[in-house]
Order: sequence, then structure tokens, then C-alpha cells
Amino acid sequence: MTWANAVLQGIFLGGLYALFACGLSLMFGVMRIINLAHGDLAVLGAFVVWWAATSLGAPPALALIGALPLALALGYLLQVTVLTRSLRGGELTPLLTTFGLAIVIQNALLLIFSPDVRSLATVTGSLSTGSWRIGGVTVPYLGLLILIIATGVLGGLQLVLERTGFGREMRAAAQDPDTAALVGVPATAVYARATAIAVATATLAGTFLAIHSTIDPASGPTQLIFAFEAVVIGGLGSLRGTLIGGLVLGVAQTIGAQIDPQYSILAGHLVFLIVLLVRFSPGRLVPTT
Amino acid sequence: MTALAYRIDRSSRASRIGSSVLIALGLILATVPQFFVATVVQQLTSLFIFVILAVMWNALAGYGGLVSVGQQAFIGFGAYGTVFLAQRDVPPYLAVLIAAGASAVLAAVLAPLVLRLRGGPFAVGTWVVAETLALLVVLDHSLGGGTGVSLRGLNVFRPDERRAYTYWLALAFLVLLLGAVFVLLRSRTGAGLQAIRDDEEAAASLGVRVWPMKAGLYVLAGFGGGAAGALILANTLFIEPRSIFGVQWTAYMLFMVLVGGIGTFEGPLLGALLFFGVQYFFADYDAWYLIGLGLTAGAFALFLPRGLWSLVPVRLLPVGYHLRRDGPGFDRPR
Repeated sequence: MTWANAVLQGIFLGGLYALFACGLSLMFGVMRIINLAHGDLAVLGAFVVWWAATSLGAPPALALIGALPLALALGYLLQVTVLTRSLRGGELTPLLTTFGLAIVIQNALLLIFSPDVRSLATVTGSLSTGSWRIGGVTVPYLGLLILIIATGVLGGLQLVLERTGFGREMRAAAQDPDTAALVGVPATAVYARATAIAVATATLAGTFLAIHSTIDPASGPTQLIFAFEAVVIGGLGSLRGTLIGGLVLGVAQTIGAQIDPQYSILAGHLVFLIVLLVRFSPGRLVPTT
Repeated sequence: MTALAYRIDRSSRASRIGSSVLIALGLILATVPQFFVATVVQQLTSLFIFVILAVMWNALAGYGGLVSVGQQAFIGFGAYGTVFLAQRDVPPYLAVLIAAGASAVLAAVLAPLVLRLRGGPFAVGTWVVAETLALLVVLDHSLGGGTGVSLRGLNVFRPDERRAYTYWLALAFLVLLLGAVFVLLRSRTGAGLQAIRDDEEAAASLGVRVWPMKAGLYVLAGFGGGAAGALILANTLFIEPRSIFGVQWTAYMLFMVLVGGIGTFEGPLLGALLFFGVQYFFADYDAWYLIGLGLTAGAFALFLPRGLWSLVPVRLLPVGYHLRRDGPGFDRPR
């Protein structure tokens, strides 16, 4: 039963990773770039929510709802100021600029909020600690909530991409920006919307990380790596795959931790490397299957 | 009508003077430990290490189009490899050499795995590899676990002897690696690599053997990274996994290469010198200093993508091709 419980907790943890991976996957799917500052943007958003909830005394849910439009605006601005120009420099320039941005965000957070570890668990009460016991397994309130939100966000975004005009424009700009522009879909505007959504989902993920455990200014890179692993495990460029990838990563980590707490993150990395070995043919960007 | 009268120049007067000056500079640098105090020797050793890091990262990213965020995997592996060997009574300086070679072997083993990815996924994939190695080192208590470990065995030398040997070894690695990149760029492989960087599919369709070239470059960079890591250990005598496997090395390399000039031979040398100065004066400002590094690197990537060296109109080293027309020929095309 402990193993069944480990798998279940892994699925809940995986929901959080899928939520982190959502924006990374969307940006990669639409623009073919990996935003190396993704994890740090998530932590930045979480710090804003934490600051509003603890210093201003806002209810955490309200703080989060207030932070999301800010995150959308930040993403939009990031795209029009830095990323559009980076994309013109070729496929490698966005890596260089977003890596620079990651360093800037991390150290700015360090200056503003000090290196102390913060958590939202203190202001969210029973949500972060409570759970149901069903049979021999534990179902934490928070784990279930994150899983539902992750499924909703990723599934909802997938539906929007498949069914709406907005999604059609995004797919068109992703497939061929020049042709899309010819038929009146300017890629720059579509890309800015994608980045805005990506930063907003990152804020959502960062906030839930802060409720689930802790954040500090240096938390970003680890979350970027987990998000990236989820994206690759699930198959690059597919939101449905990203959800599954997140869950697989979460289960791998909790099973690793069940063997020995030190193996938790290592087990996730190993699953990632195995997927790389099995599913990707040399020199190709997309999975062979 | 005259026959086609073109010739290809591989060197120019500037590049001949430039290479002579560099060779002379190398010879002068070799005598430094005889004349200067300990701090100068130690500082210059760390400058050489920065140059090695910059040159290797530039070879990967600037010539091969392989932007790696995980070269610290090899820095850490080289350093911990040296510790591992020294613990087994291998003479420390021999251990440095073997560890650098072992890093090349590690790169050869990893190449088939990470080179499945390109662009952004390659960048983060290499980072995952570095994190995995760091976790494995932390698990090994004989290597000091998470708290770090000292290099023993160098205390058979007097401190000034030890510093001089480490200095000469760093200089030797630097000359070797600069020579390797120089030869690579002068050869067909160099042209092939730059073609891959610009467009992998197009290069492949012209008959460039993409995979062996990228793998070869990755192994060379692995060797250089391992050498740098082993030298960092020999220079500071203590390492701990969080910092030797830390991603800040990538931040430094990015800064040096982007500011100096990515994809140029001379740029990383200039960038390393500048970074050395910046670090000397500003490292105490910590968070502000890193914000400055990040902003500067990003600004160069956006606004001066070929770095400061692109502002200098000469090439110091004969690594390019110059097509010239000889004698009476055709009218200049419109």
C-alpha cells in the first residue's frame, strides 16, 4: 500500500510539474524556443503573490487573481521588447537572452526579498495541510486541487488551440509565420499572446509551489528543469503529452523517494534520460514515434 | 580574355603580425612564475582558466551552434575526477591530465544522448546531465558528499613551486586548446561546422557529415571543460559540488563569449580579459554584479551579436578565407 500511495502522491506532484511545463511547452510549440527564464518568471510571480498575501494581508486567492493580469502583461511586454528581437537573431539568440534574463530575475529577487525561504502555507491554512484518508491512501486537498487545475489549464488550452479562431491563428503562426502574415495573422502579435499566457500559467504554477512547499530566489532553475523534463517526456510540442509527462515525472520522483529520499530528483532525471535514449532518434527534434 | 584570376588568401599582414605577437606573448607568459609574486601567478592562472572556458564554449556555440547550458558537467567531472584519482595515490598533476582525458571520454559517451536534441532542448538537456552528475557526486561520501573535498598530495611541493607548476600546466592546456581550435578552423572541418551552425539540413545536403563533426566538437569541449575543472581544483585546492557543478559557469562563459564576440577566434580572448577585470573590481557587489553580467550579455546578444571584436577591423590570426582577384580580369559585376 505504501507503493500505491507513492504512485498516487506522484500523480498529485506531477500535476504541479505539468502546470509548470504548460507555458514552456506552449512557447516551444508556437515559437520553437525554450524560455530559459521560465522557472524564474514563475518564482517572480509567486513572490508577488506571497508579498500581496503577507504584507498587504490580501486573501491568497485574491492575491493570485490579482497577479494573473500582471503576469499576462509582463509576458506580453517581454515578447514585444526582448523576444521578438531575439527571434530575428536566429534560433540561438533567444537562448542567450532568456538565460541573461534568468540571471537578472534571480538576483533582483535576491536583492528585494533576501535569500530567505518563503512559503504561502502559513496563510492558506487547511488547504496546504489537510487531506482525506481513503482506504490506505492519502488524498491531500492541495494535491487534488492542483491536479484539477493543471488538467483544466492544459486541457482548456488544448481545446482553445484546436477549436477557436484564436487557436487557429496560433497554430498558423507556429507552422509558418510568413504565410500566416500573408493571410492577415501577424506572427508578432500571436507570439506575444502565447508568451503572455505562458507567463500567467507560470505564475499560477509558482504560486502553487509556494503553497505546496517553499520558494526562494534561487528556486527557478530547478523548476525550469522539471518543466523541461515533463515537456520532453511527454513529447515536444504537445500539451496533452506535457500533462502526461508531468505526471510521469512526479511518479518517478515519489517512487525514487520511496526507495531513498536522496533518489527523488535523481530518479526523475534518469527517466528523462531514458526517454531521450528510447524515443528520440539521433539528430531529430521530434520523437520518432 | 584572361583566365579566371582569383586567389584565396589565408593570411594577411595583420594576421601574420598578430600570430607572431601571440606566440611571443605565450613565451613571455611562460617566464612569469620566475619573476612575480604568488598572487600574480595565481590570478594569471585563473585568467588562463577563464580563457580556456571561453574558447571552448565559443567553439561549441559560436562555431558549432551548440548552445550548452551544461558545460559545468565537465568542469565538475574534471575536478572530482582529479580528487578521485588523487585519493588513489595517483600523483596530483598526472591526475589532472587523466581527469581531462576522462572528461573527453565522458563527452564521447554522452554525445549520442544529448546530440539527439538541438537548439533549446539541447541547451536544457545538457543542464539536466550536469545536475545528474552533481547529484551522483553528492551521494558519494568518499568524495565529501555535499560539503566538498580538498585536493591532497600537492603538499609535497613548496607553495611557490605548486603555484608555478599549476600555472605552467594551465598555460600548456591553454596553448594546446587554442592550437586545436586554430587547426580545426583552418581545416575543412571548421568550414563544415560553421555550415552546420548556419543550417544543419542544408549542410547535410551538401555532404557535410553532421553527426561526427558535432560529436567531435562536443568531445573537444568536454576535454577543455574537464581540464578547466581540474585546473580550478589545482588552483584553489578545494571544491564543493554546488559551486563546481553550478550553472554560474555558463553565465560567465556566456558573458565572456558574447561580449568578446561569438563565432570569432579572438573574441573569447578579449571577453575573458574583460570578464577577469570585471570580476576583479565588482565581484564584491554580488547580486548587482550578476545582474550587470546578465544585462550586458543579453544586450550584446540583441544589439551587437558579434561582440566587441566585430568593431575591430583586423584579424589577429589567419583563420579566415579572403577571396581576391588578381591582375586584369573582368569588369566588376554591377
